[in-house]
Amino acid sequence: MTTLTPVLSAHWDADRSWKLARYEADGGYRGLRRALGMPAADVVTTVKDSGLRGRGGAGFPTGMKWGFLPAPDGGPRYLVVNADESEPGTCKDIPLMMASPQELIEGVIITSYAIGCHHAFIYLRGEVVHVYRRLLEAVREAREAGYVGTDILGSGFDLEITVHAGAGAYICGEETALLDSLEGLRGQPRLKPPFPAVAGLYARPTVVNNVESIASVPAILQGGASWFTSMGTERSAGHGLFSLSGHVTRPGQYEAPLGITLRELLDMAGGVREGHELKFWTPGGSSTPIFTAEHLDVPLDYESVGKAGSMLGTRALQIFDETTSVVRAVSRWIQFYKHESCGKCTPCREGTFWLAQIMARLEAGQGTSADIDLLLDLCDNILGRAFCALGDGATSPVTSAIKYFREEFEAGTHTPADVLFPPERSALFDYTPRRRTQLAGVHA
Amino acid sequence: MSVEHADAAVPHGHGRVPGERHATGYDDETRARLTRDADEIVARYPQARSALLPMLHLVQSEDGYVSPRGIAFCAAHLGLTTAEVSAVATFYTQYKRHPNGTYTVGVCTNTLCGVMGGDAIWEELSEHLGVGHDETTPDGAITLERVECNAACDYAPVMMVNWEFFDEQTPASAVEVVDRLVAGEPVAPTRGPSQVGTFKEISRVLAGFPDGRADEGVGAGQATLRGTVLAKEQGWTAPSFDADERAAAAAAQADDAAPEVGDEQSSAQHAPTTPADSSPTGEQRKQKSDDAKES
Repeated sequence: MTTLTPVLSAHWDADRSWKLARYEADGGYRGLRRALGMPAADVVTTVKDSGLRGRGGAGFPTGMKWGFLPAPDGGPRYLVVNADESEPGTCKDIPLMMASPQELIEGVIITSYAIGCHHAFIYLRGEVVHVYRRLLEAVREAREAGYVGTDILGSGFDLEITVHAGAGAYICGEETALLDSLEGLRGQPRLKPPFPAVAGLYARPTVVNNVESIASVPAILQGGASWFTSMGTERSAGHGLFSLSGHVTRPGQYEAPLGITLRELLDMAGGVREGHELKFWTPGGSSTPIFTAEHLDVPLDYESVGKAGSMLGTRALQIFDETTSVVRAVSRWIQFYKHESCGKCTPCREGTFWLAQIMARLEAGQGTSADIDLLLDLCDNILGRAFCALGDGATSPVTSAIKYFREEFEAGTHTPADVLFPPERSALFDYTPRRRTQLAGVHA
Repeated sequence: MSVEHADAAVPHGHGRVPGERHATGYDDETRARLTRDADEIVARYPQARSALLPMLHLVQSEDGYVSPRGIAFCAAHLGLTTAEVSAVATFYTQYKRHPNGTYTVGVCTNTLCGVMGGDAIWEELSEHLGVGHDETTPDGAITLERVECNAACDYAPVMMVNWEFFDEQTPASAVEVVDRLVAGEPVAPTRGPSQVGTFKEISRVLAGFPDGRADEGVGAGQATLRGTVLAKEQGWTAPSFDADERAAAAAAQADDAAPEVGDEQSSAQHAPTTPADSSPTGEQRKQKSDDAKES
């Protein structure tokens, strides 16, 4: 049986868990001290050897990303932390930064030292003001203690950290859009190459990493690469936050080795809500193809989830029981992608609008018999043709839902989703719906 | 404490008056104060233009929305055209293009929260307040919005008030919150400071000027702590940082985990009698020899 391995989440329940003094009392900043005693290249090697892969969804090896930076040319190099957590279902970085922001700050300092960066940025989404307060305070405390500023802990290493609040745009989670946004522009993705490692922030070599990736670095420095690889699978090493939400008895954050299964996690979380059964779930947010009960035993690591037809993504496990209309769920996700499409490329900008229209009429029970094929054709014209991953992600819920629940889409040609699946049965509280789509003559 | 709401129904000085020149928007004292703040923001970045997003939050902290004069101020301060600033301001949903209420009440109606009850909360609030998406109540108290996923799915259904968390809401609890906001009473989020600030106050924080409330509120809510607490109850921990301790623990676990012979998952029908019964290499050798015999 797999058990939980709290590393990042080990002390979140401490009194005033966000304070520097508490963090130091629990062993904080030992990783930094060890790192500063090593050549920077060895820090990169340690993280490479740990097998840490990007925790923001794509799973790219973190140490390798650092290693891509060109040789120093005397000009600035930047670390930018992607704290724009906005993927539907994803809720791990925000509670991490609220409960224990110093984990991230220490990771930022170690990473900056490793890559030769003297000004790091944390790009936080703007819609979480209390997290912004905590981060600003964490940087202030770290500066006061000599962890940030000039000659850090007598090492001669200098670092400034700027915490930057965004202003509400999902697309800014895409790394090049984030960089444009941080430069004071509309947050639209850039053509790659050049990759940020070569020309990122202000066209300088830049590493962009997710919050959880960076926050995982201090413990790797403390325990060594072999400590990290003692958890997880061979190619998906280490611990990760698994976020259970939805129709589950005890939703929340469960930090476990990669490769744990949903069945094991559901056991820990008290199972699907009482009296109901699992219908479908996302392994890593709305942009990862949905799974069903047949995938309960898929090991949640990058390889196994990929092999089973989805992506590990952000380990955002959104659980939906049998009361939930798949058509309604997908329709709402598509509304989201339509709203958040940045408009730069045609397949995504137009495609998400068309998808939304078709999903809306299927949800209303007014679809046509050609709509399923039309949806699939549209997805085929977005996937792989969009400028960035937002467009690709928008097709995931549609194609996977049709694959597993085609009959519900077919029902959308004659019966509204809220007649087939009354929404009050899905809600977590009792209420009487104010309006119900009426099917003329049938449900009057 | 009570909060005075700006009356949205009555035109006031912050709106754009036809014929008014943008550049003349702020009086000298206000402009000097905003300039000092803007200088401080610009100083955080290697390049001045990076200051634009926080400066737009700053404008909202002054005018309650991204006003034409605020756009002109940003443009002048950063050496941009007003069109360039407007292009940015219209891209991001947190920037308001018309005077905002004292409180932005956002109900998450993305799939997960919507299904868990967010849709019902939205309908209740919309009917109760008599306004729709991105509309402000006539008294200027509340701007109602449908918001996208706010990274608190384990607390669904979620409502945000001026970007503070109101977790695990019901239609009744949401109505109670907005009624108290309208009445000017102090309201505390479930995870956040001890009181929700006004739209202008929060905009100033988002511009990077702390309001001294970072140490208020909890570190984590119940859902955030579920794994942490469960692991403590069960005695589950991550491996030790010490390699020797790790090796010892792994050996001990292997002993503990070995099921009794003949039990479920014991992989053995009888107690080991030869080396091949317990050593993997021995077993492979035995298997090879068995295979050879069969063929």
